[in-house]
Amino acid sequence: MSPSRNSRKLSTGKTSASSPRLLPERELRRIIDTVLRLAKSTGADETEVHVDETADSLTRFANNAIHQNVAERGLNVSIRTVVDSRTARATTNRIDEDSLRASIEASLSLAHSQPKDPHLLPLPGRQRYRNVNRFVKDTAILMPEDRARAVRRACDLAIQNGQVAAGIFANSLHQSALGNSRGLFAAYRETHAEFSVTMQENPAASWAKANAASVSAFDPQKLAQRASEKAHMAIDARELPPGRYTVILEPAAVLDLVGFLFYDFAATALQDKRSCLNDRMGKQIFGKNISITDDAYHPLQLGAPFDGEGMPRQRVLLVDRGVPKNLVYARSSAKAAGKKPTGHGFALPNEYGEAPMNLVFADGDSSLEKMFASTDYGLLVTRLWYIREVDPYEKVMTGMTRDGLFLVEKGKVSSAVRNFRFNQSILEMLRNVELLGPAVRATGEESFEMVVPAMKVRDFHFSEVTKF
Amino acid sequence: MWDFCTNALNTARLRGATYADVRLMHLRQRDLTTKNGQVGTLAQSESIGIGIRALANGAWGFASTDRLTREGLSACGAQAVSIAKASALAKRGDVEMVEEFTYIDSWQCPFRKDPFEIPLETQLALLLAADAEMRRVKGVTLTETGMQFRKIDSWFASSIGSRIHQRKMITGCGIAATSFKGDEIQKRSYPNSFGGQHSLEGYELVESLELLKHAGRVGEEATALHSAAQCPEKSGTLILGGSQLGLQIHESVGHPIELDRVLGQEANFAGTSFLTLDQLNKLRYGSDIVNVVADARLEHGPGLGTFAYDDEGVPAQCTDIIKDGQFRGYLSNRETAHLIGLKRSSGTMRTESWNRLPIIRMTNISLNPGTWGYDDLIADTDDGILMETNRSWSIDDRRYQFQFSTEIGWEIKGGKKTRMLKNPSYSGITTEFWNSCDAICSRDYWTLWGTPNCGKGQPMQTMGTGHGAAPARFRNVRIGSAFSNR
Repeated sequence: MSPSRNSRKLSTGKTSASSPRLLPERELRRIIDTVLRLAKSTGADETEVHVDETADSLTRFANNAIHQNVAERGLNVSIRTVVDSRTARATTNRIDEDSLRASIEASLSLAHSQPKDPHLLPLPGRQRYRNVNRFVKDTAILMPEDRARAVRRACDLAIQNGQVAAGIFANSLHQSALGNSRGLFAAYRETHAEFSVTMQENPAASWAKANAASVSAFDPQKLAQRASEKAHMAIDARELPPGRYTVILEPAAVLDLVGFLFYDFAATALQDKRSCLNDRMGKQIFGKNISITDDAYHPLQLGAPFDGEGMPRQRVLLVDRGVPKNLVYARSSAKAAGKKPTGHGFALPNEYGEAPMNLVFADGDSSLEKMFASTDYGLLVTRLWYIREVDPYEKVMTGMTRDGLFLVEKGKVSSAVRNFRFNQSILEMLRNVELLGPAVRATGEESFEMVVPAMKVRDFHFSEVTKF
Repeated sequence: MWDFCTNALNTARLRGATYADVRLMHLRQRDLTTKNGQVGTLAQSESIGIGIRALANGAWGFASTDRLTREGLSACGAQAVSIAKASALAKRGDVEMVEEFTYIDSWQCPFRKDPFEIPLETQLALLLAADAEMRRVKGVTLTETGMQFRKIDSWFASSIGSRIHQRKMITGCGIAATSFKGDEIQKRSYPNSFGGQHSLEGYELVESLELLKHAGRVGEEATALHSAAQCPEKSGTLILGGSQLGLQIHESVGHPIELDRVLGQEANFAGTSFLTLDQLNKLRYGSDIVNVVADARLEHGPGLGTFAYDDEGVPAQCTDIIKDGQFRGYLSNRETAHLIGLKRSSGTMRTESWNRLPIIRMTNISLNPGTWGYDDLIADTDDGILMETNRSWSIDDRRYQFQFSTEIGWEIKGGKKTRMLKNPSYSGITTEFWNSCDAICSRDYWTLWGTPNCGKGQPMQTMGTGHGAAPARFRNVRIGSAFSNR
């Protein structure tokens, strides 16, 4: 992408007050070793240490100018001790020995205060991990000046088109390391770049967003151009009556809805009877064109190859041609169910167990144009907003369309439409998918990033209309 | 601590900042939860660091660090100015701020019992006892309880000479029972959903809630909902319980009055507002009995939006938002106040932590109490539905159209509360809804509810806000829409 090429010239090899840095991995290991050494003399039976370091930068713009521009650096050490079948966690961002010792003591004090847990497992020993490389130098060295220039170009485009731009351009570095007193050690680092833009052409607006490990994976100006064109298309919106419509959901809209399914695949959620999959495992509850995998190693995914206890993440087929087949397990839920852990556990202690965090939907070969061409009367949805769960078992979600809702008639986008409120079951929606596009790394605002396709869905339920 | 602040301010000034302020914060938190009779989360954390906001070349920069050394502070101060200068590459004008006085002060919110001094065994024993009470009810399939305590010290210093130390103690506590049966999951919570009640108090809040007294009822209602009638779909009279009304205020008054949203600064994320500047002092927001204030002062109560000074060094204030139904005021800061003709900020800049930039936030946005007794309100309602305890909430990005659902509803017939209703919901347009309000209960029924999870800003910040409310009645509301056409 052109902005980052310019930025590399500016940034390479330079050290300034604004350049983010992470500690070398050996420093994280040293902190972990220090905690484990200190813990030996405190009476802890076992000890686990997480070290997380972030260096985040984010430029925010609105009204065609930067109005907020921030940088953050932080490091947390989180210590879990186990004593006499009890466990608890204490976290600090102070890494001198006295502070680390105080956190160990705090963790032990918390642990001692509770009844014994007969189901508490011993810490896991050493594990083997697949290597993933998600730390991209181009992203790491992106400077405030680079972000400002890219933002300036997007704002200039807005001004040129009689519009108003708002959005963010962010880059971040993150690393985490986990070690325990049984010799387990795991470490991971990644970069993250994100550009999001809203173009407003009163009273309409549209939006585009991308993120990836590499800032070169997307072009901010192309995103701004797309949002600008759609904002112009979105003016003069007409009001349509609520009801059931065929919809073409762009990937961001798909993501923000199906993202609410992720915790339903946790074994603990089923054990607690709060999953919509209770009594539905092994049944044909989605269409045969729906298959879902949790795959931390997919090339479009980010995230560590290990979970909160240091267990290696496994690739898990969750839904096979419309039938939920498998769940994800932490060590404790796996033991309770007589299964093997899949490496999806949260850091202990917690009451939620685990969750798949790297969902990948099987895709299709229908481009948006192909979906339009097959649609006599329907709606194109850019993005959804403020989605909340109305019925946890039928998985009915409510929310609004936002930033570009368009009528598709006889194969073509014919006009803009006022935004609707929907009340729609995700289970029903995934039974009504008629066409799927290629799966992409989608990003929205309601869910974490996943790999999902655009979808054409029949009978999507809109219940009310708003004023714009 | 003041030396750290002074060091950071000096660096920012030496690097070219024309104004700078810093927030050094020390946050301590303890979380306890139980689930199905077992301890769930048992954790505590502390975090200390500093955030520096600098104005240079007419634009803002912000940097934060946890490296509280001379070198770390100097680097952070320099970074804030460097970022401000980068911001100036894409500015359309220079930042202007209204004037503010200089304050040297120290303030601590009052509390009676420090929750960090109460034995953990005592806290866990109470939660486990409440958990057991709920599990005694046949049909309850999941029980959850929790307590959360936060102690926050902040040291604010600015280049105009203010030095303000504040200490806040925040306590939260709640219980919930869930029942799965057939094809339904039903849930009841006490005293509110999503973690219960939260306020600027100590452990006395937990004791005042009398969890054990309510635990059995919570379990029984969760299971009874399965056999309750479905909330009908109709247009009719709605009575909202206080906690649900608190969230209604939050979403349909609190957010639209944030001046940064109004000015488009949140357009890409949280959205904008229907309350454009031309609406001030002209819009009939609600009926004559609707009076809403933004009040951060301690005399308003121990709310999550209570403080002595905001995070820009401006004293806590009370601002009329809706007066006798008329729209009267926004939430502003030193940068935006002059745009609505104010000579002074309304004092609503707040930050989640040392590593976040202060932004305009709700304080305590409260509906003033009315005159009705609760029993009188029910007796005066011939045909209506009472809804209590939020289950879901959603509103469009300009804050017109909303839909809420609650955990439980009750049919009101002939002035009496009759049968239980399940899956209650209602929806509407903000100003139409507030104009349909015809009765508000008196101060005897007024509670300052805490919303601990308000998300806003990029990077995201989670903030606690307060919402005083008493049960109130609304006419001709669309009811049951969330479950329509099923």
